[in-house]
Parts: sequence; C-alpha cells; structure tokens
Amino acid sequence: MPPSPGWRGADRFQGTASYMQKNQQAKERSRQGSAVIARAIPLAWLATVFLFAAAMLLALAPAWSQAGKFEDLVNALPEGSYSDRAGVVGAIAATGDARALGVLQSLTEGQLFKQKAGGRIVALSASGDPARMIDAITGEDLGPYSKSAVKKIKVNNGLRREIRTAIGVLSLTSADPQARLKAAEAAFASGDPAQLEALDTAMSAESDREVATALAEARAVAILNTDAPVSDKLKAIEVLAMRGDRDAQGILMPLRDDADLSGPVREALEEIEQRQMLWGLAQNVWYGLSLGSVLLLAAIGLAITFGVMGVINMAHGELVMLGAYTTFAVQEAIRTAAPALFDWSLLIAAPLAFVVAGGVGIAIERGVVRHLYGRPLETLLATWGISLMLQQAVRSIFGPNNREVGNPGWMSGAFEIGAMTVTWNRLWILVFALLVFAGLLTLLKRTAMGLQMRAVTQNRPMAAEMGINTGRVDALTFGLGAGIGGLAGVALSQIDNVSPNLGQSYIVDSFMVVVFGGAGNLWGALAGAFTLGVANKFLEPFAGAVLAKILVLVFIILFIQKRPRGLFALRGRAVEA
Amino acid sequence: MLRRLIDTRMGLFLAVLFVVTVAVPVGNLVMAGQPVPSYVVALLGKYMTYALLAVALDLVWGYCGILSLGHGAFFALGGYAMGMHLMREIGTRGVYGDPVLPDFMVFLNWEELPWFWLGFDSFWFAMAMVMLVPGALAFVFGWFAFRSRVTGVYLSIITQAMTYALMLAFFRNEMGFGGNNGLTDFKDILGYDLQADQTRAGLFVAAAIALAAGLLVARYITTSKLGKVLVAVRDAESRTRFLGYRVEGFKLFVFVVSAMMAGIAGAIYTPLVGIINPGEFSPANSIEIVIWVALGGRGTLVGAAIGAIIVALSRTLLTSWFPELWLFVLGGMFILVTLVLPHGVLGAVEQGLRKFRRRRPLVEN
Repeated sequence: MPPSPGWRGADRFQGTASYMQKNQQAKERSRQGSAVIARAIPLAWLATVFLFAAAMLLALAPAWSQAGKFEDLVNALPEGSYSDRAGVVGAIAATGDARALGVLQSLTEGQLFKQKAGGRIVALSASGDPARMIDAITGEDLGPYSKSAVKKIKVNNGLRREIRTAIGVLSLTSADPQARLKAAEAAFASGDPAQLEALDTAMSAESDREVATALAEARAVAILNTDAPVSDKLKAIEVLAMRGDRDAQGILMPLRDDADLSGPVREALEEIEQRQMLWGLAQNVWYGLSLGSVLLLAAIGLAITFGVMGVINMAHGELVMLGAYTTFAVQEAIRTAAPALFDWSLLIAAPLAFVVAGGVGIAIERGVVRHLYGRPLETLLATWGISLMLQQAVRSIFGPNNREVGNPGWMSGAFEIGAMTVTWNRLWILVFALLVFAGLLTLLKRTAMGLQMRAVTQNRPMAAEMGINTGRVDALTFGLGAGIGGLAGVALSQIDNVSPNLGQSYIVDSFMVVVFGGAGNLWGALAGAFTLGVANKFLEPFAGAVLAKILVLVFIILFIQKRPRGLFALRGRAVEA
Repeated sequence: MLRRLIDTRMGLFLAVLFVVTVAVPVGNLVMAGQPVPSYVVALLGKYMTYALLAVALDLVWGYCGILSLGHGAFFALGGYAMGMHLMREIGTRGVYGDPVLPDFMVFLNWEELPWFWLGFDSFWFAMAMVMLVPGALAFVFGWFAFRSRVTGVYLSIITQAMTYALMLAFFRNEMGFGGNNGLTDFKDILGYDLQADQTRAGLFVAAAIALAAGLLVARYITTSKLGKVLVAVRDAESRTRFLGYRVEGFKLFVFVVSAMMAGIAGAIYTPLVGIINPGEFSPANSIEIVIWVALGGRGTLVGAAIGAIIVALSRTLLTSWFPELWLFVLGGMFILVTLVLPHGVLGAVEQGLRKFRRRRPLVEN
C-alpha cells in the first residue's frame, strides 16, 4: 500500500481532538501521549540548543541537525522535565540510529547514567560482573561501575510508555524478521497514528510477506485513528476485514455508527463474523480430533482385550499410568546421564513403556485373568483389585504428587493456521495415535499372530481344534493390549499430570469408547473415539465442559439401548458368550 | 412364614445383630464410664448402613445376575434426599441466618428455593423421596436397559457411566446441591440434636432395624416364587424367556426394590456421618460395594452384610495403622476373593462346617 500524501508532517496531529471524543479511554491516553511528543519535540530542540550553545560554536548549529543529531539528543536526555525528555526519546527513535535501541532499552531499565565528572552519558554493559560502565554513544569502556561517580537518569511511567513506543518504532527496522513482526503487532495493538511515518518507512523496505501484512494492518488501524480521507479509511477497513480476527472486530466495532463508514464497516464486520464462525468450527473439530486421539490411545488396548477375550480389564488405566511413569523415569535417567539426548527421550521411552506395561499385562493374565475365563464379571473385579494395588505401588515408589515430565523441543510450542492455534504436542499425539492404530491393524490383518487372534475372537473352541494354542494367544493379546496402554501413557505424559491417579481419570471414558464403538473392533474404537471427542468439544461451548461430558454419557447410555453391542457389533459365536 | 424367612444363618445373624443393637446403646448411654465411646456408636451405625447397601446389591447381583456398578448412586441419592431435609431443618441457625435458603444458596446469591427443594421441610415427604428418587431412577434406567436386553459387562459399564455422570452433575454448583462441598453442618433431626449421644444411639438403632428389615424383605423376595424366577434369570436368561416369563419385568422389579433399599441406607448414613457430598457417587465407591458382597458371599444376603462389615472394619483399622497398606489389602481382597473364595467367606465357612460334619456322621444337627 503506498503511503498516502498529506499524512506526513506535524499537521497530522490536527483534529485528533475530534477522535479523542469518539475513542475509548485507552486510546485517548495514547493519543494524548502522542500529542505530548508533538508538543515536546520543539521544546526539546530548544532545550538542546540552549544547553549546548555554550559548549559548541554557533556556526556549527546547522550541522548538528545532520551529523551530531543522535549524540546531542542522547546528551540531552538527563535535562528538562519528563515531558521534555519524552520528546527527546521520540527524536532519538526518529534518527533511526543503530545505537538508539540500546540506549532506550538501558534507559527504560534504569541503567543509563550521567557521569558526574565530564558529563558523559554511560550505560551499564550487559555482560561482566562486577558491572562495567560504557559510553552510551561511543561504546568506549569507562571502567568498573561505581555508584558515586554517576547520576542515574530517572524515568517515570509516562516516559516509560514513550520509550516503549519508541522502541517499537525502532524494532520495525530491526534485522530480525521475528522482532519486526512483534513490533508490527505491537503497533497494531497501540493503533497510534504517531507511528504512521515509521510504518510507511518500514513497509517500503519490508521483504518478508508475513511482516508486510502485519505492517499494513498496523497502518490501517493507525489510519482509522486519524482524520484521513474516507477513501483511505475504506482501504484500511478492507485490510482489517482481510485480517478477520477478534482484534480487527474490536477495532471496527466502534466505527459501526460512523456517518461515512458505517456501510462498509458493517459489511466488514459481517464478513469477519462469518470467518470467525468457520474458524471456530475448524478449531472445535481440531480440539475434538485431539481429544479423540487421546481417547483412542487410551481405549484401543482395552478394545483388543475386551474384544478378543471378552475380558474387562479395569487395570488398563493403571497400565497407561505405568507408561507415563516409564517416560518420567527415562527422562530422569537422561537428565542425569545424557542431557543431550533429551529430545529423544520420548522415542526411547515408547518401546520401554510398551515392554513394561506389556510385561505387567502378561503377568496379570498369567497370574489372575487366566483362572477366570468365562466369568467376565469376576474378571472385572479382580482386575479392579489389581488396579488398586498398582496405584498404591506407584504411590509408594514415586510419591503421591504430580511428576514433572518435560516436553522435548519438537513437541512444545504451537503454530497457527488462519485463526486456529495448533499445539505441536496435540498434533504429534494425533499422529502417534493414528500410527499406533495403523500398526495394530497391520498386526491383526497381516501377520500370523493377528490371524490367530482373530480366529480365537470369532470362535475359541474351533480355533483350539485347529491347533492354535489359545492360552498363548490370550497371554500375547493381553500383553499387546497392555503394551498399547503403556504407549498411550507416553503420549498422555505430555499433556496430563503424571500422578498415581492418571489412569482413573481415563478409565470411564475409555470404556465408553469401547462400548460405543463395539467391542473387539478396531474400527469401532476409532469411530467411537473420534465421534465422542468431537461431540464433546462441540457441546462444550453451549453447555460447559462438565455438562457436555454428562450429556455425552447420557447419550451413550441411550445409544446402548438402541444398539446393545455398540456401533460396529461383532458377529459370530463369541457374541453369545 | 417365619420359618421360611429365618433359616439358621439368618437366625444367627439377626440374634447377633439384636444383641449388638441392645448392648451398644446401653454401653454408651446407661453404663457408668461409657465403655462404648460415642464415635464407636456412629461408626457401627455407618457399618450397618453399608451392610444394608450390600444386601441391596446382593439382591440384584446375587439373585438376578445384574452386576450394578452404580449402586453407590442410589445410596447417595437417598443420602441427598435426607441431607436436603436436614438442611431445611437448620432454618435460621445457618451462618447467614436465612430462614428458607440453605447457606450455600445464599452464598451463590440465589433468590429463592429451587422447585426441587420444595417440600423437603417435611420429614415424611423427605422420607418418601428417600425411596422414590432412587426408585424412579432405577425404574427409568432399568426400563430402558432391560427392555433392550443390555446384559453382562455392558450393563455394568453403563451403570458405572450413570453414577459417573451423576457425580459430575452433583459437583456443579448450578445443580443446587451444594457443589463439591455437598450438604453439611446439619443441626438436628426431628428436633433432636445430632451431636447428642442419645440421637446418635437412636440413629444407630434405626440403622440396625433397617438392616434387619432389609434382610427380611430381601429374604422374603428371594424365597418366594418370584425369587425362583429371579434365580432362573440369573442362571439362564434366554431359557427363562423361552419358558414364557417376561424377564425384563422381573429384573426391573428387583432392581427398583434394591435401589430403594440403597436409598434408605444412604438416608441413615447422612445424619450419622454429618455430611453427604458428590464423592459418594464416585465409580470407585460403587465397585467397592461389589467386593463387600463378593467377600461375604454372593447370593447369601447375610454374607453380603458380613462382608460389608468386614471390609469397613478393616478399612477403619488399617487406614489408621498402616495407611500405605490399605489399598494393597483392598486390592488383594478383590483378587483373592474372585480366585480363591468364589462363594465368599460365608460360603467357605459353611463348606468347612459341612466337611467337618461329614467326617463325623454320628453328630446330627
């Protein structure tokens, strides 16, 4: 967008009064601040001229406005009232000098001083202990810091605000695109017309597309805050409509009843509203998928044991918990032995968690469950007993409190798609859940062991007649289901508190998934998990988190009436057992 | 009639229960030096309500094969109905001194009593609700579930979902049941101070009577012709249906009766303990009830009561002596009972006795 003529020069502050009345208080304040700069700039210049007239030859006066400008402004910083100094700060920023940022930052942190002897402006060096003083202008080292040799240049809150704005303007021309983006966003948030010039300059030099957009948006807000011609403002409204988020909405809202702009503003608001709704929908679907992936991980192991063996494993939640604690233990070991490997900790923990949970699972099957085949209700009770013991065991070993499990670098942070925020850990968990699902499906459909498992599921006596060692298949199936619970624990450790109660909070939910999807059917578990996840997240905005969960539970209870064997009912003789 | 109801084990249990019911209040109130401290009276009363709850579950699980993992919900609903009455009884003695609204409603800035609190100022209305609310829930839930032939573990899991959903609901402040604090700070019941030893002893006796009555009602049902159908349903549901019985009707009947018994147990529990909160709805509580029944002996009624008392007693003792050990012991009970004692303690004892007798055939009973 080309900078509009007529927007340069001091006259841009005329007529701000009419805006002040319209805008909210916060904006009013910033406007007043900029008016202060406008008024203060000539004052500061006067002060500068006055103070240094004695030290400099009058003949040089025209020259300092070009060459010595930055140095003189910095030297003028300790002088005058706070509002004078505010003007100086603005002027320093306006020089665009490479040293300006450092000086202003020192000033706002209270680390800029005037040397009592010689009157040089000094800053504390960033490094070094004890702190050393450096000349703020030349960067010359002036020896160790001594409190008595210098006088601090004081700042108050009003001045700090000016400095912040000035730093923002300076950052617009920083070499780091991230810093520029941040500055542009800050400018957007402040909407201060005083920044227009800086924004225009920055835009003409900007090469990064993302930063350029942000700059254009910041410029649009600034324009709306001035009395620019209607045509300029219309363009600005278009830019904001393109941005289309809540901030843009908040800026346009007060302009709804503006005589010249109300039509386009209303249109833009409508457009934004619509886009917000679509993004809100997308965000809900994403949250739902994310919750679904967690449910899938927690439930899929359960689905296998329940489906193949008709066994309700109430200890499944605790196997998940064991997986999470394995992750914790692995991370602890890595922290002490090889901190460099931390980013790999989850990949190391996953197979270990599978083995630990799977091993415990096989032990449970051999020790207890095996003796209870054909008595599903008793199995339920016995495994519940095991779950209590596992909980207490973990509580005795690791303590009752939450354990800290860190996110590796590639799992922390977030990125944005449009108006939607996607956190990396949720995304990876979704990928992980789908990978586990695909792996399990391959195992069941493509391997000999899977064939045997399916045979036992469909007709146990017949499978036994065909020479399948059903006992061995049972143990392996139980171990497999348990091991997958352990894998789920690795994933859950990234988003949930790792405590002895971890499993308890998932057990009811994962049962719901299995019952809803239909036992013994992997696709059922997949459909069940994602349906329940998405349904839950769609109900939440209307009903609140707790009520949404209750509604989903009630829905499942009713659904079971209609289809007592779940969404994908298993056919075969096993059903009658 | 009496002979049908009271066999040897029932007779023995009722006799012991009678002795305890007389001895404990006497020891607490009459004898000098109070050999039975007041807290023991409340504790034993609590055990009695647990025992009644176990009998209720045994009625559906032991005789009809319905493994409900949601009986804690009926118990808690009964408790809440009683708690609501006790809250209304507080009157102006609450912290805020509001004559109508309980403290937590004043705290939440509620203007008037919600409709579902109306009538609870009357004791008899509350007593009716103690049975009607759990009964109605059981009726609706059972009607849907049994009609569509949801059985076995599926039924267990949806009963668990039911109590879980209720727990979440009662945790909400907006529900009007005191949120996660539940109902507490009761002052008196029917005008008697709840802190007084006499009231506590009275509640203890009420619990004992309710337990005895519950046992007899359950025994009456199970020894009737209807009881035989129930056992048939338990052992071969499809076959019973093919013989022309409407299985769902029988199941529904016994499920509702059992829920009402659980509600009564909860109603006596609340004033004895002095609080009722949503934690009572937690699925873990409901599963624990099952182990009481399994430990004592499924399908024996008296065994269920004994099992409840054994577990509750060991919990009281172990959690004060070795708090770390308690969950190991409870978990161990679940495993041992299912693996080693399929007929529970009572079954094992009776089997032992029978063996003992068979070895000496000359001794007739």
